[in-house]
Amino acid sequence: MEGIKDNLRTKELTVSMGPQHPSTHGVLRLVLELDGETVVNCTPYVGYLHRGIEKLSETMTYHSAIPLTDRMDYISSMTNNVGYCLAVERLFGIRAPERAEYIRTIVCEMARISSHIIWIGTHALDIGAMTIFLYSFREREWLLDLFEELCGARLTVSYPRIGGVRNDVSRHFLDSLYRFTDEFPGRIREYETLIDRNRIWLKRTKGIGVIPAEEAINWGLSGATLRGSGVNYDIRKRFPYDAYDKVDFEVPLGKSGDVYARYRCRMEEFRQSNRIIRQCIEQIPKGPVLTPDAPKVILPSKDRVLADMESLIHHFVLITKGQMAAPEGEIYVATEAPKGELGFYIVSDGTGKPYRMRVRAPSFVHASVLPRLCKGHMVADVVANIGTIDIVLGECDR
Amino acid sequence: MEPSGLAEKVREKFPEEVIEIQDFRGQVSLVLKKERIPDIFGYLHDDPVFLLDYLKDLCGVDYLGKRDSRFEVVYHLYSMEHRHMLRIKVPVSESDCVVDSVTSIWIGADWHERECYDMYGIEFKGHPDLRRILMPEDWEGYPLRKDYPVKGPDSEGEWQGFKEVLRKSEEFRKYEWKG
Repeated sequence: MEGIKDNLRTKELTVSMGPQHPSTHGVLRLVLELDGETVVNCTPYVGYLHRGIEKLSETMTYHSAIPLTDRMDYISSMTNNVGYCLAVERLFGIRAPERAEYIRTIVCEMARISSHIIWIGTHALDIGAMTIFLYSFREREWLLDLFEELCGARLTVSYPRIGGVRNDVSRHFLDSLYRFTDEFPGRIREYETLIDRNRIWLKRTKGIGVIPAEEAINWGLSGATLRGSGVNYDIRKRFPYDAYDKVDFEVPLGKSGDVYARYRCRMEEFRQSNRIIRQCIEQIPKGPVLTPDAPKVILPSKDRVLADMESLIHHFVLITKGQMAAPEGEIYVATEAPKGELGFYIVSDGTGKPYRMRVRAPSFVHASVLPRLCKGHMVADVVANIGTIDIVLGECDR
Repeated sequence: MEPSGLAEKVREKFPEEVIEIQDFRGQVSLVLKKERIPDIFGYLHDDPVFLLDYLKDLCGVDYLGKRDSRFEVVYHLYSMEHRHMLRIKVPVSESDCVVDSVTSIWIGADWHERECYDMYGIEFKGHPDLRRILMPEDWEGYPLRKDYPVKGPDSEGEWQGFKEVLRKSEEFRKYEWKG
């Protein structure tokens, strides 16, 4: 027996996983070095979806770059739009009216729920729990219908504007959204009964992809991926924007820093988002939805353009040249997107176009931590790890 | 501590290295010389007053024709404990396009530095694996530089992919049904 062992040649096997693989959630390619079933090394390759959004935005006016931000994290485009608009507003030193802030908070949380729904559906599907996918997409459909009623689009919405939102919400929209928040907690319990005590689910998630708090901070993780390790870092609490300082919610934290802890965090975030939406609907004030005190920054409404001269001139100059009085300076504004910290760093040189727009994409950072999570685990756990960091490659590659 | 106070404290500690302190809408930027940045970043990471343990972002900016040193590497640092943010900017000239890597301090800087190298051609000394990341490995040029054409390197005439389609359709013409 010993003799055979000495003469056997062992070699690590290199396997290319992706870019076309159902569990890589987009076009992510991993090159795995395997020792039997164990992952020895893992190298991610990204960039298949690189469209040069940062370069493109340098050629566009501040307004016309909004649809570009839809195409980054395309399953929660509302939060991208809001993050971008907040950064530009901060640069210009303007603020959206209160009603618009509440509306933005509502749509951001709707986007968070719909993004987490995709996450739980596909993550569970990857690990082998098929049923929950169909249950969760039922609620997502409801939310997308509401988006459609609000702005006519279901995915690439471009609904928020610099200085507010495009149009006011209708009574019917708020009513049906309130009905959704009545029903949704029951639906979350439904998801949990499907997998919470499922022995296979627990085996596949507990103790997999553990990352301790200090290391997670050093890697630059954010969102639920960081909070699963017990770090209390939520931008909605630390740098409140829009109406987040006027509503009451908690930041769920994990302890063990594994796939299971992150799963629990996101499930709890469902409930908190639901709470935020309810409070916003109850508190929403009346008023305009686009700030009236910055005519040189925001587009005037169409009826004003047709009625008075000055609005017509502003409209013309804004469309052709971009904002008139962009101050020189630079700004970094981060928002809590469903995936993590989405930051916009805008450098302005005083013209109507951004001189440089940098997007700090959470998925990009989270994809870089994959080798750290996968090393030493089985090939099947690679799939669990890709699911748990919740990446969207459109945002990762930009 | 307020970010402006933090910046002043860095200036006290490293008076030779700080070029400028800027303040715009409450966000403070500290412009540093690039020679000793690993020491300064190590100090900012470990010192109990700063404890800037979280690298939010790292990116490059190209100031072609606007400034003497063409590039700038921008670091956004944050402290989980003290909850303060500081922006550090390090000018890099085109002739000496190298800056020390900070991956030994924040491991998360790895991909950010690779992207910065990919997009601007700024080299990071001491980076463990400096390769292109978003662009293909054999790509020529650095896309986010200001002198790089928006439509790509061969932007005269049609787009390369479209030229390929035209060439193919010309090639396949010989199979056309002549009746």
